[in-house]
Amino acid sequence: MSKTGLVIQREYVSRVKKASFIVMTLLGPVLIAGLMSLGVYLGIKDSSVYNVLVVDLTPSIAADTSDTALRPLFMKRLKDTPQVKFSYTTRGMSNAEFDSSAYSLMLVLREDILSVPQAEMVFRSLPSLKARSYIKSQVEKVIEKEKLALHSIDPDTYQSIRTDLDIMQINASDGEASYQQEQAFVGFAFAVLIYFFIFLYGVQVMRGVMEEKSNRIVEVIISSVRPFQLMMGKIIGVALVGLTQFLLWVILSFILFSALSAFFIPDLMSAGGMAEGMQATQSVIEEQGKDAMNQATLTNIAELILFRINWPLMLGMFIFFFLGGYLLYASLFAAVGAAVDNETDTQQFMLPITIPLVFAFIVSEFALANPGGTSVLWFSIVPLTSPVVMMVRVAMGFEAGTLWQLYVGMAALIAGFLGAVWLAAKIYRVGILMYGKKVNYKELWKWLRFNT
Amino acid sequence: MAVLQVEKVSKWYGKHCALNEVSLEVPEKGIFGLLGPNGAGKTSLIRIINQITGPDSGRIFFRGEPLKPEHVNHIGYLPEERGLYRKMKVGEQCLYLARLKGLSSADAKARLKEWFERFEIGSWWDKKVEELSKGMAQKVQFITTVLHQPGFIILDEPFSGFDPINTNLIRKEIIRLKDEGASIMLSTHNMASVEEICSHIALINQSKVMLDGEIKEVRSRFKESIFELSFKGQMLSFTNALGTQFELLQHSSDADLRLARVKIKQGLTVNDLLQRAIPHVQIESVSEYIPSMNDIFIKVVEQPEEQMV
Repeated sequence: MSKTGLVIQREYVSRVKKASFIVMTLLGPVLIAGLMSLGVYLGIKDSSVYNVLVVDLTPSIAADTSDTALRPLFMKRLKDTPQVKFSYTTRGMSNAEFDSSAYSLMLVLREDILSVPQAEMVFRSLPSLKARSYIKSQVEKVIEKEKLALHSIDPDTYQSIRTDLDIMQINASDGEASYQQEQAFVGFAFAVLIYFFIFLYGVQVMRGVMEEKSNRIVEVIISSVRPFQLMMGKIIGVALVGLTQFLLWVILSFILFSALSAFFIPDLMSAGGMAEGMQATQSVIEEQGKDAMNQATLTNIAELILFRINWPLMLGMFIFFFLGGYLLYASLFAAVGAAVDNETDTQQFMLPITIPLVFAFIVSEFALANPGGTSVLWFSIVPLTSPVVMMVRVAMGFEAGTLWQLYVGMAALIAGFLGAVWLAAKIYRVGILMYGKKVNYKELWKWLRFNT
Repeated sequence: MAVLQVEKVSKWYGKHCALNEVSLEVPEKGIFGLLGPNGAGKTSLIRIINQITGPDSGRIFFRGEPLKPEHVNHIGYLPEERGLYRKMKVGEQCLYLARLKGLSSADAKARLKEWFERFEIGSWWDKKVEELSKGMAQKVQFITTVLHQPGFIILDEPFSGFDPINTNLIRKEIIRLKDEGASIMLSTHNMASVEEICSHIALINQSKVMLDGEIKEVRSRFKESIFELSFKGQMLSFTNALGTQFELLQHSSDADLRLARVKIKQGLTVNDLLQRAIPHVQIESVSEYIPSMNDIFIKVVEQPEEQMV
């Protein structure tokens, strides 16, 4: 095996064997899958039953011509579901009384609710978002209905007046509906991933270099291998650790998510095709009384995730920009590790590396709001920010005639990391043998010009 | 033939000159002492020989060939600033370092076993380095330096951090390696061990070679017509007998025996000294004083440059 190969092997094996790596690798997917499943679970299957005590303080009126008895506005007009059951009273309870009662929620509707649309909900444990929005929509419906009656407006007329505008984004080039905004979100997720991976593993490279320097083993090693081989061996070894962890996360997350989903939403996953799956989801949603809006959104997102994004390109670009960005930043991190004697001295050199990375993250957030902006274009090409920003653009897809920007970005990134590696190697080979010297930028500049 | 020839090697760090046209030869199958005060340029030279850095000018030959990367597998280097990976197990670490020097995994294991037995440290194999004491770690480092049976071994301050027992162990190993045919370059401030084990030396001061050659020859070069006499009788009468031709440098008494170190002025011989002394005291022994490496070191380093030959 070549000497660089041996270094890579040591860096890889020593990290993969660490307890912290194994724990992170196992816990990561559990956390991810857990959170995802929890989201799905909370969204679709909220099995809690809420007994809501409606404290109706509105004045008693004869609300309905068919009803002779006087009663407050909301009495018996909120629709029960299997999970939300309403009981009515006109007399409020103190919070202490409520706390010891059998009710899970107390909804206090003020006397002048028609003119001041405010209400209070007293809870022991915060109800689910779904339950809250259901209760809210029920109360709103009653108020709306009452107002319609007060103004003598026919409910059908009102329904025909109510407008919910749905704007379809159509791309002029192919005339198809565009989901760029949603796609950008998927790209942003990848951008965040790259951002974290670069930070996480870049800092590991820096720590590794500092460890070798402060242990004083570095001189022994570089009497056998060239400093450049040692540096690259470490950077590549750590990259492989990162890729291993990422791959294990994807596999484990998928297995866990499938298992958890099969357990909690059997209908969704047992059906072979996604269409059937979608129908199953729809029926679940309909059964639970959700409105058609969310259902449509859910279908769109599923469609988006499956068909709108060019997955082979996306994953390919993810690997490319992750590796490119990582190589660029990790070599800079390695140079910092070599330049300093201890962790506290890293701060002054970390800043110029951290700023472009954090900046890239911010730009990619801007890209969500304004994907076509000029700044987004430029920062998706500049090597220091492109690994993060370009992911958003790749997810949105490139308009005809702009694909060259991707190629330029890729070429610039390759040039960028070659430059960074060259620069870092020069600082590295001097820095690792320099002890007890307070290093500043002037000193680094001197090192760059040393002839070795 | 020399194992290593250094020809007019210079090295600059910015405006600081670390080595100024340094030339020296390390003979085959001997122990070569590289001496000099801190900051003289020894480590710079050693790093250039190990190809950790390159010279700005000058040439280096390893066994007659210009130094090239493949030669590192034939050189063993124990740096002054040395250490091990603290979290790695001793055995794994030795294997890794041996393989970096080009040994196969199987060869390295077999040789390590042998060395671990000789140093009686077989039980350390699965220990982590952080569990070892400093002296223990030094032993492991010494093994990793010589495991690939290099023909040329560079030891920078090999005795620092060892107790007298382990110092002795390492000294014996160095001599054993030399007897087995290795050439050794030793950089140390311990002049006693230089006199004891080195056959040749070079002294570097302020980035220049001030002195080099066979140790016996170097020491006799520094002889200054100083003789040591032991005699019976009165120190006072001996002193009076010397007169102005002879300079008493040092004297001491041991029971009824007196010891004196006398410098003879130019043009006179030890016979003249004895003629003066014999009438007054009873001479027991007389010998020429040969300066120690310690004396020579201090003399060369403290002397202004222009007075050196």
